[in-house]
Amino acid sequence: MIIQNFFFILGRRVISLMYFLGGLTDLTLKTFYFIFIPPFKSERLFTQAKKAGYESLPIVSLISFFIGVILALQTAYQMQRLGSEMYIASIVALSLVRELGPVVTALIVAGRVGAAITAEIGSMQVTEQIDALQTLAVNPIKYLVVPRLIALAVVLPILTLYADIIGIFGGYLICVYKLGISSQMYLNITFDALLFKDLFTGLVKTIFFGMIIALVACYKGFNVEGGAEGVGQATKEAVVSTFILIIACDCLFTALFYFIFP
Amino acid sequence: MNVIEISELTKSFDGHKVLDRLNLNIEKGSTLVVIGRSGCGKSVLLKHIMGILRPDSGRIVIDGKNILDLDEKEFNKLRLKMGMVFQGGALFDSLTVGENVGFNLLEHTNIRGKELLERVEEALCLVDLCGIAHLMPSELSGGMRKRVALARAICAKPEIILYDEPTTGVDPITADSINELIKNLHDKLKVTSIVVTHDMKSAYKIADKIVMLYQGKIITQGTPEEIQNTDHPVVYQFINGLAQGPITEAIEQFK
Repeated sequence: MIIQNFFFILGRRVISLMYFLGGLTDLTLKTFYFIFIPPFKSERLFTQAKKAGYESLPIVSLISFFIGVILALQTAYQMQRLGSEMYIASIVALSLVRELGPVVTALIVAGRVGAAITAEIGSMQVTEQIDALQTLAVNPIKYLVVPRLIALAVVLPILTLYADIIGIFGGYLICVYKLGISSQMYLNITFDALLFKDLFTGLVKTIFFGMIIALVACYKGFNVEGGAEGVGQATKEAVVSTFILIIACDCLFTALFYFIFP
Repeated sequence: MNVIEISELTKSFDGHKVLDRLNLNIEKGSTLVVIGRSGCGKSVLLKHIMGILRPDSGRIVIDGKNILDLDEKEFNKLRLKMGMVFQGGALFDSLTVGENVGFNLLEHTNIRGKELLERVEEALCLVDLCGIAHLMPSELSGGMRKRVALARAICAKPEIILYDEPTTGVDPITADSINELIKNLHDKLKVTSIVVTHDMKSAYKIADKIVMLYQGKIITQGTPEEIQNTDHPVVYQFINGLAQGPITEAIEQFK
């Protein structure tokens, strides 16, 4: 009986996962199709870019600054034992630009912007606004998903670059004012350590992270069932699914780049 | 001439048949009222005509075209001749009242500036809401939202308007002014209307023809007078609002 139940629940989980992945793929293909179908209206794109990008600047600044500071202090703990404090700069720069900057920025945006998108589209679904769009001869994917997808895919790399710079600045403050490394030396080591491929691999994956956030959030919003409770449930699922997909996607890219740019 | 012809329309949700081989024709320029209990599939019927839902089987012919054969682009052309008023209004709450009412014109025409404002104001005045174009939908009462939704549906001057319970949840005076408006659109502009409602007073006032939807089928159709003098037990129970009768007995048996 217990075993039967176990397989029953497992089966249901697998089926709902398949539904999710199938639906998400379907939405992705349709969205890419509608990107190239006129009319092209830029106002909605700018509104979304402002919401996702400009309004995320304060939280991204705060968190990436702290991460830079933490990273410098934690590395200093280890490096001071070895007497090689000057490597702190390169470790901070590399881990921020290659990994922490992209992933942390994506997770912040997923929690802040992705959740808001699901809640907004979910409420529209519940109050029949999506149906109303269709009756007004406007395709909901073209109207709602396309601007969000483009906005996030463009804005996330820019935010990440910004987060990298702020994070390195945090590490700089610790090293120069706390550990007594000269300003010139810190900057020299940072720029020596950073190669173009580090920046490139760090930023390219964020384009995909941005698309994941937009597509999962919109998909979950469109598929809200039930009223306010359904919207809450969908928002929670959207954030969880986005987090998992971002980390999985990051793992894939890291492995890929490891072999492409050894 | 029939502007909408529905034949053998069937739709199930989770194995429950909501529409069961339904047949219905609507004459051009007439007002058809669909009555029936809440949850009997009236709104589902409207959503099929608007192409929001797709049937399991059957045909829906609008203006001589079977809408199930149309691709989205062709169907959208047809949708521009139609308007729908949703039960809760379904106003876009990120846009102002004016942008809501002018949505159709903004998306599908090049009308802008002064002409657009005039068209929006004209539609709003038709529903007695002059000068509120700058408000947000969240600032409106339930009855006002419903009237703004009506203004949005008529702003682009459609030939067919579908109403989902236009008088439910508004005060009796507003309800009557909505009835007047539907009558006026019918008399002056020869708009074809389909009104889904369970408000019998409204139904008698505006209808050219009343049909009753029961268990997924149209069980009766006739003029308001014919419906009032019906000897069909189900229709009789419904229009007179009786707690005892064949509809409720069927539910008792089902339990």
